[in-house]
Amino acid sequence: MKILVAAKRVPDPNATIKVRPDGTGIVTDNLKYVVNPFCEIAIEEALRIKEKQEGGTEVVLVSLGEQASQEQLRTGLAMGADRAILVLAEGEVEPVVVARAFAKLVEQEQPDLLLMGKQAIDDDSNVVGQMLAEMLGWGQGTFASEIKFADDMASAVVTREVDGGLEDVEVQMPAVITADLRLNEPRYASLPGIMKARKKELKEIPLADLGIDQSAQVKTQTIAPPPSREAGKRVESVEELVDLLHTEAKVI
Amino acid sequence: MSNVLVFAEHLHKKFSKIALVAIGAGKAIAAQSGGDCYAAVCGSGIDDLANELAKYGVKGVFAVEHAALEHYTADAHAQALSALAEDKDCDIVVGTASSVGKDLLPRIAVRLGAGMASDVTAANDDGTLLRPTYAGNAMATISIETPRKVISVRATAFEPATVDGKAEVEKVAAKIDEAALKMKYVSFNETKSDRPPLTEASVIVSGGRGLKSGENFETVLEPLVDAMGAAMGASRAAVDAGFVPNDLQIGQTGKVVAPELYIAVGISGAIQHLAGMKDSKVIVAINKDEDAPIFQVADYGLVADLFKAVPEMKEAVEKLK
Repeated sequence: MKILVAAKRVPDPNATIKVRPDGTGIVTDNLKYVVNPFCEIAIEEALRIKEKQEGGTEVVLVSLGEQASQEQLRTGLAMGADRAILVLAEGEVEPVVVARAFAKLVEQEQPDLLLMGKQAIDDDSNVVGQMLAEMLGWGQGTFASEIKFADDMASAVVTREVDGGLEDVEVQMPAVITADLRLNEPRYASLPGIMKARKKELKEIPLADLGIDQSAQVKTQTIAPPPSREAGKRVESVEELVDLLHTEAKVI
Repeated sequence: MSNVLVFAEHLHKKFSKIALVAIGAGKAIAAQSGGDCYAAVCGSGIDDLANELAKYGVKGVFAVEHAALEHYTADAHAQALSALAEDKDCDIVVGTASSVGKDLLPRIAVRLGAGMASDVTAANDDGTLLRPTYAGNAMATISIETPRKVISVRATAFEPATVDGKAEVEKVAAKIDEAALKMKYVSFNETKSDRPPLTEASVIVSGGRGLKSGENFETVLEPLVDAMGAAMGASRAAVDAGFVPNDLQIGQTGKVVAPELYIAVGISGAIQHLAGMKDSKVIVAINKDEDAPIFQVADYGLVADLFKAVPEMKEAVEKLK
């Protein structure tokens, strides 16, 4: 079985994000970068599926980004993935182009399953997995909190976290499944894992070499900070709170 | 000049506020682009739904019937709606960024060759769109460069459509290639509640890890929730710990809410949680840690032990009634 896992390099989700005064983007000085938390969960899930199989399963990481994304791919390799492919591209690449690039890799690699995080915590678009599934003519199981494969591995019932609760959908393989928070808790890379990762294959392919349509569909005009919300007042008692909510804020 | 097709989702044979917000947004976007706004309802046995939809001031309603649409699945719905948008000359498809909208709209975008903008919070007169990135810490003004566009709107950011006239309903047999379908609905484990839905409530009381257990949510928080006729929400930590089900989660990757009053109880106020509630009109925080980040955004902050403060508040609120 071959599982492709897509992972993205993103700024640390706990970093304080500031917008550049010229409106061209965020301030990146001193930013720490990590594997997108949802993608990390996807990598972990792939490894667990591999561990359940009796050998013969390959977990291949793919990412699109600048050379620095190697760092995140090495983290995934250290967790236990077998090899990695980095599609080299400068700057921000819009989701549909990312999806096209991954569709090309799927064509080349012919995986049985593609796992990825449901959204990247920088762009917050939550579209790549779905676009990719449509491009490939595959089914999708998005926002997965549990994946149960059929005995023959030809399909899986994906439990999805949706607005009203949990929904189960049966998806034929190959499929795109996007990971949500509670799918699993990712392992830490072990020291032996980190050592082994250095020797695992990490192939770099320039985006241009994939021969895909790179034309932009969406253009970013400007980036601005959100309206600021100032801290209000401290109250000393429940009585005071309820009184202010009633008389001042007039919300109860 | 572009026409808009709004995807109106339904559940239990009803439209919720989510669908009406999509129509409100669709009409606004249609007006900006000098075109008409249509709405589509998909499913099987949807005549009543279609007639209901027709009351909300759209140019026309399409009732898209097919057995494969009886339960929502992404691939069948994407096929049906994309074909409809093309047949009816609607270059812009609009839906809310609900879990259905997020799951479905990107597939429609690919089928139509349309640029997509997700979770849009404003549609500007010049055609640009505003959307949050970095958990709402960087607002991006974007423009979709393709003639066709797919837009998912944040439900808290647009006004729901109001009743206005009666449009014509056209029944449409969905164009679906069933051999190409790879997905099958199995079941829906819906969280049952008598409370208002989070996305519609004007008061939300949310609990965090500070509640310490699911039982405490029940015995300590719920009495306050119900005394206020509110909806109940939760932080990711509380859901991860199994205190409450996932559909209560408020945050960057959970639900985004913007009620009149948001009361955060035992919630520290992580960036990801703030992303889901910082547009609330009034924010109250009750937390025993005076340094909790939630106090940075709270209009009223009470540093106190929630196990004392919450029951006290419930009493005080009931006295007000």
